[in-house]
Amino acid sequence: MATTGEEHAGGLQIHPMDQFIVKPLFGGDAIHWYTPTNVTLWMAIAILAMVALLVLSTRRRAIVPSRGQSVAEMFYGFIHNMVEEVAGHDALKFFPYIMTLFMFVFLSNILGLIPMSFTTTSHIAVTATLALLVFFTVTIVGFVRKGPGFLKMFWVSSAPLALRPILALIEVISYFVRPLSHSIRLGGNLMAGHAVIKVFAGFAGAMGVASVVPIAAIMGIYGLELLVASVQAYVFTILTCVYLRDAVGDAHH
Amino acid sequence: MATETTAAELGACVNENGGAIGMPQLCAEWIPNQIFWLLVTLVVIYLVLSRIALPRIGAVLAERKGTITNDIAAAEELKQKAVEAERAYNDALVSARTEAAKIVAAARAEIQKDLDAATAKADIEIAAKAAESEKTIAAIRDGAAEAISQVARDTAKELVAALGGSADAKSVTAAVTARLKG
Repeated sequence: MATTGEEHAGGLQIHPMDQFIVKPLFGGDAIHWYTPTNVTLWMAIAILAMVALLVLSTRRRAIVPSRGQSVAEMFYGFIHNMVEEVAGHDALKFFPYIMTLFMFVFLSNILGLIPMSFTTTSHIAVTATLALLVFFTVTIVGFVRKGPGFLKMFWVSSAPLALRPILALIEVISYFVRPLSHSIRLGGNLMAGHAVIKVFAGFAGAMGVASVVPIAAIMGIYGLELLVASVQAYVFTILTCVYLRDAVGDAHH
Repeated sequence: MATETTAAELGACVNENGGAIGMPQLCAEWIPNQIFWLLVTLVVIYLVLSRIALPRIGAVLAERKGTITNDIAAAEELKQKAVEAERAYNDALVSARTEAAKIVAAARAEIQKDLDAATAKADIEIAAKAAESEKTIAAIRDGAAEAISQVARDTAKELVAALGGSADAKSVTAAVTARLKG
């Protein structure tokens, strides 16, 4: 997409993908695995936001909560209920783990909507790592809890015997596709929204007075992106709970 | 050539202007960096949440739930007490009313007794007074009859004398007495 921008060298200069470039924070060109980059910066900001939201606001441990404490309690209650209702009571042991995923994804999505910021969750490397963490957690917990019985979830006992091998194949494929869909859903949504905003912003720069139109469009898309940011965090988390139910709950689904 | 060397130094994902080549998401050079910092971030968030934030919020919520339960129980107890107090008040009111009615009846009976006694005493006095008056009236009547016969005698004597006769006292008296009786 950026190369298309390059081709219109004289006209529009739109680089919608430049916002996703990883840069070293303290100069230098090489990016090693340990180099502090803008990824590091924005993940650190997400950590600080999480601390402000859930730790600083609950400092007073008030019975009658302040506004900040109410928000923290709301997040707690929201994810706690989700884990309990979707993944089952046994899965509450994983509540801190799921809360970690949700807070990271949610805060990264929201922080990514700050102009000039870097959206860590728009990178497939990040979302795929998250999805693979969930995948391996579910698989390992499933085998630890149920042993070989965990494989029964692929064998649909309610289906006619003749269909079961075919269904088992489909189930196995869908099981292994999960991390892919899980990660691309989140990363793709975030990337697409941010790229679209950037394209409209490029129009706004080139259109003079008529740029009110793309600016209005950006405002609309920004609102939509706020919704997408929250909904995708919610979807990522609830899918994690759904997958976790296979591992800790009854195999029926 | 110069641009090529720059690109080589920058890596395969950024062009000489610092712009992205293709999708930065697919740049393999950046992936280890992102994964490393993601894992660091997740570990930090997990530790902060599981050690500090979540136990704290959970404790606050549990404490609030306990407080609310206790308050509701206390309110229930107070309500029970209020109901009991109302019942006691009503009981007291009823017994006070009964007591008052009893006292009123007793007072009325006492007054009635006094009244009866006073009435009886007054009746006796009235009867005595009436008898006395009767006697006085009889005496006065007797006195009057005597006086009348005396006056009649005297008058008859005077009349007889005035008519030129001389009447002896005895016959005049007899005549007057006969007349008076008649």
